[in-house]
Amino acid sequence: MSDKGMMNNPVIRWIEYRMPIFSFLNHSVGTEYPSPKNLSYWWNFGSLAGIVLVIMIVTGILLAMQYTPHADHAFDSVERIMRDVNSGWLLRYLHTNGGSFFFILVYIHVFRGMYYGSYKEPRELLWILGVIILLIMMATAFMGYVLPWGQMSFWAAKVITNLFSAVPWIGDWIVTWLWGGFTVGNPTLNRFYSLHYLLPFVLVALVVLHIWALHQFGSNNPLGIEAKGPQDKIPFHPYYTVKDLYGMGVFLLVFFAVVFFAPNLLGEPDNYIEANPLATPAHIVPEWYFMPYYAILRSIPQKLLGVIAMFGSLLILLVLPWIDRSPVKSARFRPVYKWLFWVFVVVCFVLGYIGAKPPEGVYVVVGRIATAAYFLFFVVVYFLSYIERPKPLPASISEPVLKGGGSPAGAQAKPMEKA
Amino acid sequence: MKKLLIGVLAAGLGLTLTTAEAAQTPAPPEQEWSFDGIVGTFDRAALQRGLQVYREVCSGCHSLKYIAFRNLSDLGYTQAEINLLALEAVVVDGPDDEGEMFERDGRPSDYFPSPFPNDRAAAAANNGALPPDLSLMAKARKGGPDYTYAILTGFEELPENWKELDEYSFLPRDFKLQEGLTFNRYFPGHQIAMADQIAMAAPLAGGVVEYADGTEATIEQMSHDVTTFLMWTAEPKLEVRKAWGVKVMIFVFVLTVLLGFVKKKVWADVH
Ligand code: HEC
Ligand code: HEM
Repeated sequence: MSDKGMMNNPVIRWIEYRMPIFSFLNHSVGTEYPSPKNLSYWWNFGSLAGIVLVIMIVTGILLAMQYTPHADHAFDSVERIMRDVNSGWLLRYLHTNGGSFFFILVYIHVFRGMYYGSYKEPRELLWILGVIILLIMMATAFMGYVLPWGQMSFWAAKVITNLFSAVPWIGDWIVTWLWGGFTVGNPTLNRFYSLHYLLPFVLVALVVLHIWALHQFGSNNPLGIEAKGPQDKIPFHPYYTVKDLYGMGVFLLVFFAVVFFAPNLLGEPDNYIEANPLATPAHIVPEWYFMPYYAILRSIPQKLLGVIAMFGSLLILLVLPWIDRSPVKSARFRPVYKWLFWVFVVVCFVLGYIGAKPPEGVYVVVGRIATAAYFLFFVVVYFLSYIERPKPLPASISEPVLKGGGSPAGAQAKPMEKA
Repeated sequence: MKKLLIGVLAAGLGLTLTTAEAAQTPAPPEQEWSFDGIVGTFDRAALQRGLQVYREVCSGCHSLKYIAFRNLSDLGYTQAEINLLALEAVVVDGPDDEGEMFERDGRPSDYFPSPFPNDRAAAAANNGALPPDLSLMAKARKGGPDYTYAILTGFEELPENWKELDEYSFLPRDFKLQEGLTFNRYFPGHQIAMADQIAMAAPLAGGVVEYADGTEATIEQMSHDVTTFLMWTAEPKLEVRKAWGVKVMIFVFVLTVLLGFVKKKVWADVH
């Protein structure tokens, strides 16, 4: 970014003298930011999420120029965007699918953190900021989904806001307050639009903090041992800039394949029907990325407890650094935790599947088992961290890397290793 | 213990999948469409025939409110033909200087007029069931165009002894066709007891339309044509989208391969 040649430029020198932004960037994502040399492709997902955040903000601002936040016009205005606005269909499909891909990336990013123990000392605050980002993202996506004012927009908004009525004593009052009326209506749409515009910028601020916290100790790595010296590190630029760009290319191939060839794949057909407060859809389902939480909510027969469990399933991540007491970070050296982790991943998928199904018959049973398993994971992790016998850790990052990349975790970890 | 857990979950999942299959409205069979696939486009002749079916049959009950006459240029009509098509429509405009609404001939910029002044009137004229706007129909149901086609071809006489026939095992045993409704295999009711009835008296009896291009107007042909047309009304930018998509994918693919090589080169000294 600011190599020697650039610093010879008088304009850059003039700015740098008054505000050292170029050396700041260089220390953040340039040649002066040392990173572990052994990061695998699983470390690409953070930068990818950042790229998608930018895509969301740019397409969102452009959509906002054509969108009408009024219950009587919102649906029509989205159709106008799709039909009459130049490239409006592209903006909208990028934005809609961008939301879904944002979650895919961030979920992988979070699972990556769980597998390699990235939440542990000294990165707890970094992890907590990440969980808060996830929560704000969810709020943003939920409110964005209401904006096109289709049947699912309306009914998902109604079901989810109605959850707050479970709060003892003041529940109904809270719901009315959230709605700005006695049902989901125009005031609800307007405030959701206002917040949907605001929250992405809150996310940007949180991402800055997230990266700030990251830079204090640098990235964790697949071995989960801290870098011991310069031989363990390489400068971020050009190594990780080019690797992140390459990752971006691969990501965009997948993303664009969906945007251009199957743009409605991840959506609900019902949302192409305008909101109708008098006609309840047969199955009200949230967007796919909320399915696991929705499954947890419905698995618990008591409404308030269900709501608590649903939010709890996310909030519990905040304290994961203190649940898991094991000093060993990477699951590669934790033979039992590694299995537990994959069971947890499977449980999350099962919950996602159950969330999409009507709450009847065997779905209820499976949903309850999976919900119990979800929370049980954290309990087991706590006890496990006292009794598990980790495998011997390598002396330093360079040591196994020098040995040709063969890792103690064996074949299973190979694809993550390629770097 | 974990293996056990996986086993239980897998078994549960397997069970779920099997129960989910029984006793449901049959899925609409997959059809072949000119717009399928990554390079599929709309068959212009089918679009024009579909427009004819819509205008001569469906427009009696269904509106198409997101489509303006000017949009028909997508179907391959010339400006003069579009002017003529628009002229056939009577549009309510106003108010004029006296404050009165008045009727005038349609113009290309007008949207397709709706058959009924409002939803209540539309429902009242149709046994209380509202004929939905068709603009987005091909995207607004599970199964998309296959579903629309299935509905149009799915009308049949329910045999007296259906309970004995395997083919009708998807019907609830207490199913009873209501007075004035027609049996349709693929139409899901809001309640299961109401399933498989649609208040749209089989609109496409063979030969109701005489195609301008001489194609034989069988029920299948008309259904296929009007569904192609409705896919266009739902997704008018489908062709541009796919054309862009091919170019964008090629560009990003080449870019990614190049970036892959750059990455390899830059990383050559790290190991
Ligand atoms: C006689 C009036 C009438 C005509 C003509 C008519 N429809 Fe319908 N249509 C209806 C009504 C009424 C409904 C609502 C049915 C219900 O809700 O039970 C309906 C529903 C539909 C549905 C929706 C099914 C669903 O899932 O909600 C489709 C698709 C449809 N019509 C297509 C067509 C097409 C295509 C044509 C022209 C070939 C057509 N209709 C002609 C009255 C009509
Ligand atoms: C964190 C980033 C964001 C996420 C996850 C997100 C998510 C969403 C989602 C899921 C929808 C519904 C799309 C649909 O089904 O049609 C939506 C719609 C919308 N969003 Fe965003 N959004 C983000 C940022 C923004 C920003 C920054 C703006 C404006 C400045 C914006 C403006 C809009 C508008 C106008 C709509 C309605 C148009 C439409 O539905 O296509 N969004 N958003």
